[in-house]
Amino acid sequence: MGTTNEPCIICDDIAIQRGDTTIWSHGTFTIPRGTVTAIVGTNGAGKTTLLQAELGLIPLSHGTMTVLGGAPGTTNGRIGYVPQSYTSEIDSSLTAEQSVLLGLTGTRFGFHLVSRAQRSKALEAMEFIGISDKAHLRLSELSGGLRQRVAIAQALVSDPELLMLDEPLANLDLASQRTTVHILRKLNRELGMTIQVVAHDLNMLLPILTGAVYLLDGHPHYARLNEVLDSKLLTHLYGTEVQVVTTPQGDMFVMPGLDDLDPGIRDMHDTRELARSHQHAKHTTTHHTHTQTGR
Amino acid sequence: MQPFTYDPQWMETLTAPFMANAFLAGLCIACAAGVIGYFTLARSSTFAAHALAHIALPGATGAVLIGLPVFFGMAGFALAGALVIASLGKRASEREIATGTVLAFATGLGLFFARMSSSASQQLQAILFGSILTVTKDQIVGFAIFDVLVLLAIAAVYRPLLFSSLDEQVARAKGVPVSLMNVLFLAILAGVITIAVPAVGTLLIFALVVTPAATATMLTSTPLRAILLSTALCLVSIWGGLVLSTMFPAPPSFVIVTLSTLFWASAKAWQTMHGHRR
Repeated sequence: MGTTNEPCIICDDIAIQRGDTTIWSHGTFTIPRGTVTAIVGTNGAGKTTLLQAELGLIPLSHGTMTVLGGAPGTTNGRIGYVPQSYTSEIDSSLTAEQSVLLGLTGTRFGFHLVSRAQRSKALEAMEFIGISDKAHLRLSELSGGLRQRVAIAQALVSDPELLMLDEPLANLDLASQRTTVHILRKLNRELGMTIQVVAHDLNMLLPILTGAVYLLDGHPHYARLNEVLDSKLLTHLYGTEVQVVTTPQGDMFVMPGLDDLDPGIRDMHDTRELARSHQHAKHTTTHHTHTQTGR
Repeated sequence: MQPFTYDPQWMETLTAPFMANAFLAGLCIACAAGVIGYFTLARSSTFAAHALAHIALPGATGAVLIGLPVFFGMAGFALAGALVIASLGKRASEREIATGTVLAFATGLGLFFARMSSSASQQLQAILFGSILTVTKDQIVGFAIFDVLVLLAIAAVYRPLLFSSLDEQVARAKGVPVSLMNVLFLAILAGVITIAVPAVGTLLIFALVVTPAATATMLTSTPLRAILLSTALCLVSIWGGLVLSTMFPAPPSFVIVTLSTLFWASAKAWQTMHGHRR
């Protein structure tokens, strides 16, 4: 995919205003290609706004942004976008295949019949996502999880370099969440696709994340994974007590405050230890520290 | 009064010149309604279709009041209504309250205009319930020109309109002019309603614009097939309604709407038996 080594997103002191309200400001960060980035923050922090700014749908009120080497909005043909709307109850009689095809044909004016090449391209995308057996079912007959996979296939069919997903795990059951994460991992590892995910809950995504943009105090920041997974930072971020927890097997969890739980059940770590246990998950015997040391 | 009479001279009535006009009008209406009906469903704009017909009512009675053809008044009001609905934006709940309020006011205004002159009052029933047997040759020429324009416009924007109807956010991100598509759709809808009112009237228009499309989407799953089937169902309803109302004298509007509803109910029953869920 990415033929150049230039970063996927470059932001220089960006800000967004709606009316007189500044949604966020002073965003200066660079997201490399081939990464999987979560966009995290509380409700209303402007996570979706960041995606919309990257797509050029909302103008920046300050600063400059480069997306895949161009101004926002000029490179959308190389971006796959999966909004959150698939979760709403839909009444569409369209088949999964028809919906995926719109990802290829939907922007063309004039009357064109769907070509054989377009059809096989759509099938290829559905096979990659594992829904080719659902091609001829109507969207209204599919579960929320499957509809979301159709939406991912629709975004995928035009071979994007960057895939953006808005809350892809919200309203999905555990199995569907896991499937979605597996698909994202496959897209990133096998196709080298850069992925951005707006998320409330980091836990399901932790195994594949390389970094996160966190919207804190009205400013977007970017950090690599081992930097962002800090209890103090996350507590500040969500405005409620959050702790980063590692199990003896090396799996990490982000948990709400554990005041009521016996600390012996959980092993809590500061950031540096987390980074180590993340790297050596299989060999490390975890330390047992019950105090949080600051950064 | 005999509810079910049989007219043995029905073949003669059917071959009268006014009947030929009615059949041609039916064909024009079916072509336009079948196409726009599918998009009305895909955009969840069925309430707008219902509302525009009612908003057109004061245009019709007002036109009669000042001596203009009914067609111009209806087209003007429906188009203005379409632009207002388009400007109301996407938040469905707010839009529907605003649309519903305008609808009620417009219907009241239509009645007020009708009461101001006796000729408008006489035409009120025809506008509310349709009078397909009184369609003139000139009207049919107008309908045919409108049909050609609608089909050309839809052919030009077919896929972007479909994309913006079904996946508005993605379509916008991909550069489809979503707002323009919305205005274009509502303007065409206003036009289709204007030409379909002579057949069944403003009160029953839902059965010609939305119901056949709903039946078609239950039975087919690609947009093009749904549009073709919807057009066919609309045509069979109108032509069948004309033939049956000649054989068994009844208001054509009533028979047309009945056929359209029967098709829909049958499809619904078939769907339920085959376990498709919507």
